[in-house]
Amino acid sequence: MELNDFIKNFAGQFDETPVELFSSKTIFKELEEWNSLTALSIIAMIDEEYEKTITGANLRSSSTIEELYSLVLSK
Amino acid sequence: MYNPFSLKGKTILVTGASSGLGQSIAIEASKMGASIIITGRNHVHLQQTYNMLEGDNHQKIVADLANIDDIKLLVEQCPLLDGCVNCAGIAKLILIQFIKKESVEDIFNINTFAPILLTSLLVKKKKIKHGASIVFISAVSGVYMSSVGESLYSATKGALHGFVKGIALDLAPKGIRVNSITPGLVPTNILNEAKEMFSEDDIFERRKKQYPLGRFGNPEDIAFGSIYLLSDASKWVTGSALLIDGGLTLNGI
Repeated sequence: MELNDFIKNFAGQFDETPVELFSSKTIFKELEEWNSLTALSIIAMIDEEYEKTITGANLRSSSTIEELYSLVLSK
Repeated sequence: MYNPFSLKGKTILVTGASSGLGQSIAIEASKMGASIIITGRNHVHLQQTYNMLEGDNHQKIVADLANIDDIKLLVEQCPLLDGCVNCAGIAKLILIQFIKKESVEDIFNINTFAPILLTSLLVKKKKIKHGASIVFISAVSGVYMSSVGESLYSATKGALHGFVKGIALDLAPKGIRVNSITPGLVPTNILNEAKEMFSEDDIFERRKKQYPLGRFGNPEDIAFGSIYLLSDASKWVTGSALLIDGGLTLNGI
């Protein structure tokens, strides 16, 4: 699993946010499009692509996309 | 003592009785004097429910209703019934873009196909007496409203809603009544997965505010509705959906 693929998959759950805004350092909860629906999409994407189950609490405890990526790796 | 809601002398099958609403319905119906046949997938949990039933003359049958052979075995072992409550169900939160054939099949197998096939077989094998009452636990979700990620769950419950109306007509000449209950949110372990995804403090607290009566449902709130529909107090009621939702759908969400 590559960080760059993870960022691409992460960005794929958004419709309005320009793709350039997604990087390892992106603080995803500050994105305008971040809401409970995109959060649910991220959880489902991680389940589908990486077969890992993360919780809402996991999302809350991560700040950047890279942090979330590390968390998924550690599962 | 005068009690039009008594279930004394009635034999009632309750599916999904291992936990949640099914367990509560089985217990409360036993307290109203019924002989209960409980069924569920998990032997240990089923035994726990069995131990909580009041009185004797009850029976437990382990069956996985997602499996047609288990449905057949269950029907074979069932005595003649005065009532049946279809409670077994699962909840799944899936956004539209993540739906796969397997997830559609899983949830429809348990929530919709199993109760339809069970009822059909019970009727075919003449296990349901004249004057009996069949109850389906549907939901407000899929009949009056839905929520994000609930499309499949809503679809399974909406399907049951239509099914109830149809078979109420089919079975009226046999003197069998068929009704459903559409509960609002009753926190039982059916919601464990959703709880993990969100957390109680955000979505659950926000949702609670949508209930004019100020709380989510208790399993007994639904069990008491089932008792009414199973009893002779409702003998002129068929094809109806009893709304038990703490006022949730008044808000026109």
